[in-house]
Amino acid sequence: MAKSEAVFSFTKVSASRRIRDIKEKAIEVVLFLAASVSVLTTVGIIFLLIEESVLFFQKVSFWEFITGTEWTPLFAEPSYGIWALLSGTITTSAIALVVSIPMGTIIAIYLSEFASPKLREICKPILELLAAIPTVVYGYFALLFVTPLLQKIFPELPGFNMLSAGIVMGLMIVPLVSSLSEDAMRAVPVSLREGSMAMGATKLQTAIRVVFPAAISGIIASYILAASRAVGETMIVAVAAGLQPNFTFNPLKSAATVTAYIVQVSLGDLPRGTLEYQTIFAAGLALFVMTLILNIIGYLLAKRYREIY
Amino acid sequence: MVEQEQSQSMVSERPPVVAEVVDLNFFYGDFHALKNINFYIPANKVTALIGPSGCGKTTLLRCFNRMHDLYPGNRYEGGILVNGENIISPKVDPIEVRMRISMVFQKPNPFPKSIYENVAYGLRVRGIRDKSLIDQKVEEALRGAALWDEVKDRLHESAYALSGGQQQRLCIARAIVTDPDIVLFDEPTSALDPIATRSIEELMVSLKERVTIIIVTHSMQQAARFSDYTAFMYMGELIEFNDTKTVFNNASHPQTQEYISGKIG
Repeated sequence: MAKSEAVFSFTKVSASRRIRDIKEKAIEVVLFLAASVSVLTTVGIIFLLIEESVLFFQKVSFWEFITGTEWTPLFAEPSYGIWALLSGTITTSAIALVVSIPMGTIIAIYLSEFASPKLREICKPILELLAAIPTVVYGYFALLFVTPLLQKIFPELPGFNMLSAGIVMGLMIVPLVSSLSEDAMRAVPVSLREGSMAMGATKLQTAIRVVFPAAISGIIASYILAASRAVGETMIVAVAAGLQPNFTFNPLKSAATVTAYIVQVSLGDLPRGTLEYQTIFAAGLALFVMTLILNIIGYLLAKRYREIY
Repeated sequence: MVEQEQSQSMVSERPPVVAEVVDLNFFYGDFHALKNINFYIPANKVTALIGPSGCGKTTLLRCFNRMHDLYPGNRYEGGILVNGENIISPKVDPIEVRMRISMVFQKPNPFPKSIYENVAYGLRVRGIRDKSLIDQKVEEALRGAALWDEVKDRLHESAYALSGGQQQRLCIARAIVTDPDIVLFDEPTSALDPIATRSIEELMVSLKERVTIIIVTHSMQQAARFSDYTAFMYMGELIEFNDTKTVFNNASHPQTQEYISGKIG
């Protein structure tokens, strides 16, 4: 624009300004679409689960489903008690958490508060490599290595058992817990550590009394993620814990989990629309509700213990 | 000789001394941050360390409780003598030093705990379990930090519910609860408003009966207002150390005069 032509105006819209507005808008739309994909996927899965489950519950009593302890949908006289599968899921997951939470937390404290930066740079990627091993490999590791080892301690232990599957699942989850917990602890400001050390605290006292509590909400989040991961894990339990639904919380027994059932049945050739086919969705819904509850608990816990620093 | 110059500029009559700094040198890796520092800390007085940014005053302060030991690559030479012992000697456990010499930081840094637990922290890390003793010490420290009346009804609420000035007084209570010999203050009021600053200054004056105070400040008015002794540092060297009146009214070094009159810094 020539200088003589116009007095500067805030209200007048120039061409470059219009182009800028269009560009901004376009970028916003692209970002929105990208975000929508994940939301739509979740909504789609939930919709599918519920739709098929509704058909299932038209034929099977909801009460039997959530209270029964027999799961034999493929028998001539079928029963549909989800607890026979949930007990397997709960037991293996509990064992996995008993292994992964203490171990992951200790590793996180060590890496965040004690290890030299150099050691940390070496250890962290190696640890995270554990998470990159395919779960089917873990499954056979449990079946062919850990179970024979455990059989030396428990001679009665069957070849398929929940203990071995749970332990190996725990080992698999360790890097998840340690990595996320370490991130949470490293985010605690240096000023809090210095404040503690300046009071004559040792490194360990500082780690346990100041850094850990300050990072607790992130640490709990890592535990919940670990629990969801354990509940949803399929290959390890399908390979090592057995495929026989069995209502028991005894880790020395063999039992199928919800996920193991789903993978077993969906690999067979079930005709669409049959009741057997719909059991997959009902079991999937039960699993979904379980992880949802875990996530809600985790959210509430993290909120309850949140420490602002 | 640098040493002679320094000794000439020092006060002739020595008050009772709690710590003596002898030929102190400090290195961050290869960087020579403190050069041949010689002076002393008079007991139950406020000693201010002043000087332009980067002169080494905070580095010097952090030598007194071995904070530099927390990070690799730092090295001390020379001595800081407390009761005849050199506290920067590698043979001395830094944790023992910090048990006797506590610190208040630039920004209030209460722990994410209750008000009570923040103050009790120093006692708990020393393994004290006696609840009535802790109760008593916490109350004493909070009274000493002029905070008791404001928080006595909410001792178990989070420390983050307090205002910035209150948080800093809480940190002071935390630092005095274990009856240390010296409390180090690293620009304790730089994050506070003028009213909170004034209350912290009054508090420090009242604490003199119990402890010796060393304070780093970049506010010359602050140093002049309430310190008893002042050390002026420049480029890692101690240029002048004397009682505060003399440093501010009758400094013997031209550099000190220039800094105080605002020409450098």
